[in-house]
Amino acid sequence: MRCDLAVIGAGPAGLAAATRAAEAGLSVELFDEQPAPGGQIYRAIESVPAPRRELLGPDYAAGAALASAFRASGAGYHPGALVWNVDATLAVDFSRDGRSRQCRARAVVVATGAIERPTPLPGWTLPGVTGAGALQILLKAQGLVPSEPVVLAGSGPLLLLLADQLTRAGAPPKAVVETVPRGRLLAAAKHLPAALRAPGYLAKGLKMLRALKAAGVPLHRGATDLAIEGGERAEALSFTAGGRRHRLEAGLIALHQGVVPNQQVTRLLRCAHRWSGSQRCFLPVLDDWCESSVEGVFVAGDGAGIGGAASAALRGRLAALGALRRLRGDVAEDEAAGLRRDLARDGAVRPLLEALYAPSEQVLAPADDTLVCRCEEVTAGQLRQSVALGCPGPNQAKSFLRCGMGPCQGRFCGLAVTEIIAAARGEPQQEIDYYRIRPPLKPLPLAELAAFEADEDAA
Amino acid sequence: MTPLARADVAVLGGGIHGCSAALHCALRGLSVVVVEKDSVARHASGVNAGGVRRLGRHPAEIPISDYSMKLWRNIAELVDDDCGFQRAPQIKVAESDAELESLAERARMVRGLGFEHEELLDRARLRELLPAVAGHCVGGLASMDDGFAIPYVTTFAFQRKAQSLGVRFFEQTRALDLQRDGTAWRLETDRGAVEAETLVNCGGAWGNLVAARLGEPAPVEAIAPMMLVTARLPAFCTAVVGATGRPLSFKQMPNGTVVIGGGRRGVADPATDRSDLRFAELRLTAQTAAEVFPIMAGATIVRGWAGIEGRMPDDIPVIGPSTRAERVFHAFGFSAHGFQLGPGVGAILAELVATGATQAPIAPFSIGRFAAPGGQAAG
Repeated sequence: MRCDLAVIGAGPAGLAAATRAAEAGLSVELFDEQPAPGGQIYRAIESVPAPRRELLGPDYAAGAALASAFRASGAGYHPGALVWNVDATLAVDFSRDGRSRQCRARAVVVATGAIERPTPLPGWTLPGVTGAGALQILLKAQGLVPSEPVVLAGSGPLLLLLADQLTRAGAPPKAVVETVPRGRLLAAAKHLPAALRAPGYLAKGLKMLRALKAAGVPLHRGATDLAIEGGERAEALSFTAGGRRHRLEAGLIALHQGVVPNQQVTRLLRCAHRWSGSQRCFLPVLDDWCESSVEGVFVAGDGAGIGGAASAALRGRLAALGALRRLRGDVAEDEAAGLRRDLARDGAVRPLLEALYAPSEQVLAPADDTLVCRCEEVTAGQLRQSVALGCPGPNQAKSFLRCGMGPCQGRFCGLAVTEIIAAARGEPQQEIDYYRIRPPLKPLPLAELAAFEADEDAA
Repeated sequence: MTPLARADVAVLGGGIHGCSAALHCALRGLSVVVVEKDSVARHASGVNAGGVRRLGRHPAEIPISDYSMKLWRNIAELVDDDCGFQRAPQIKVAESDAELESLAERARMVRGLGFEHEELLDRARLRELLPAVAGHCVGGLASMDDGFAIPYVTTFAFQRKAQSLGVRFFEQTRALDLQRDGTAWRLETDRGAVEAETLVNCGGAWGNLVAARLGEPAPVEAIAPMMLVTARLPAFCTAVVGATGRPLSFKQMPNGTVVIGGGRRGVADPATDRSDLRFAELRLTAQTAAEVFPIMAGATIVRGWAGIEGRMPDDIPVIGPSTRAERVFHAFGFSAHGFQLGPGVGAILAELVATGATQAPIAPFSIGRFAAPGGQAAG
């Protein structure tokens, strides 16, 4: 299989990029793990029943237009396709229906979105503890709500949004435990004038808070020292707030500390990354056309830096223009300038959100006995010991302790490992850097590799 | 200008051989610095398959491999860390009668040299040792008292032990030029000069940078042997297994994961330190693994990788004094089987450095074998 442009991911960025590039006449193949377009943000957008669409709100419903434009664009579409490798020649290796094949592309748009930031806390690996994002996916895709009231704990806009959606779905959370420190709002307030330029975000946030209050969902603010208690599974969340210790009994606890770019593909391709102090994560280094340091590799959507769904679609279009410029020399300067203006406007709320919802100290600097790598059961203390022995960075710690060597390929622990080593060595995260990511990106059956259909004539 | 460091010995390269040479020199009371362009164990020494193998070695390597094995058996006494070393049989499987005959011939040859560690396995004995091996396998060749270790843990342990004896490591430090300055070598690096009486070149795939500078270029090829590792499987194999007629090395770690290697090569670029996998080739590795061990057909690959290694045209390393310069000793180009030799070769190098000679039979590894006829260096 060959194409001009391979797009990885069918969220707003991937859909917009594929649509715009196909409309301009490029041959486009889009690969996505999910069975239908939409990504995580617009999960099940084409098939969601009307009542659930209503409940998920107008922002969610906006995804339908993107999906239908993509369907009409003529871009090739491979749902249920797991991209497990992209090599330096931009050959995309993917698994679909138990078969692994290859698509050789001239350019690639990486639109693999965001993942939830790791939340290493005491007890976070117990059964019954989940990510808030995962809970929201169940609600979007299957209309599932928890069978018992869930405690939502952490920080970030998604926490409030999910609380609001669960409440409207008739399953209000038992409580929301926010780890945003007291005084943070004041510190973030300097970003308020800029944030007001972005359309509607703040009003939505305030409306959600009022709705939670009206529904009687307890909101604990300024929580610290979170711990999940339980033997075989989660039984309670305890934390300190308002000067005293609280204990909420719950068998289901959803944690959240914001989302961060999914770096697996851009790291695999050895794109340059830079540390963002405000987003507290690595971002791929991109030019004005969303092109990375590797020629022909573009990044759009939250994978380029957390910006939300509206920005993702704008960056998707911009990346498509970048690919047209790279592959055909077509420079759509006016259209690009318009997209960049819209991006600046939509992104104006970000500095406020980033300052307000910066991840809690507790997950950035977990206690020594807290598990950080859950695949290989490596604690924060072991990581600090390896630094004391002389391990200079995440890759040596990985070889020494096996952290990041499990089936998740370090997705769940990578940023936490960088933070812990950086703090222990007293060096910036940029210098400490990140795991080298090895293919396959996700586990691949050996029998499928043995039958891999590579496009060898071009190798 | 004040030099970055002064020492009796400067070791170039912080792989297993560089770290081992540094440790053994320090054990002899010498002051040592190690200069490494990247970080210790960054390439082949940190990411190889971890085989500690005497089985199947080139005849010239058997004595030094046997010597190194003695150090491996007491590795914790040497470096204060067990290095993840475990004794285990190494077995080469014969998939046909012709292959078994070639192994029998090999066993006779090794015995003829006076070494007892390789023994021929018939079909029944092979199954006793490898119950999960495929039905078509007819026998094998084993070295029962070999083993495996964890490469990075090992090289890091050598580094730490050397450091505890005063060896200074300059990582992220690139050697740029080399001059003989009176009775000392002056090594210019991007962080300043290192002065030392003796130079030890353990540059791996980059070993020729020093050799060529001395006028004795050696044809090192950078290769990237590829490896795969699976998710955990129930215990089914306690030996390290290779095939006879096709590339395969195979072992199940104590945690249940299976490491599959064997020498199929990816793409190595020593100039940028990059190595890339070639899955069209790894497909064959996967096929071979499943054919030799049918249980592997149900395994899941979680990761693949390749490290950059230096290979010589005759597949044996360069070990020994420079033929062109005083007080320079080489040990590089281990051709994808140097890990096991690390402890022993470091000791041999330290003996050479300290005494100028060694009892170890290293003549076959002289860099002089690549000199052009007529005494002039090639290239």
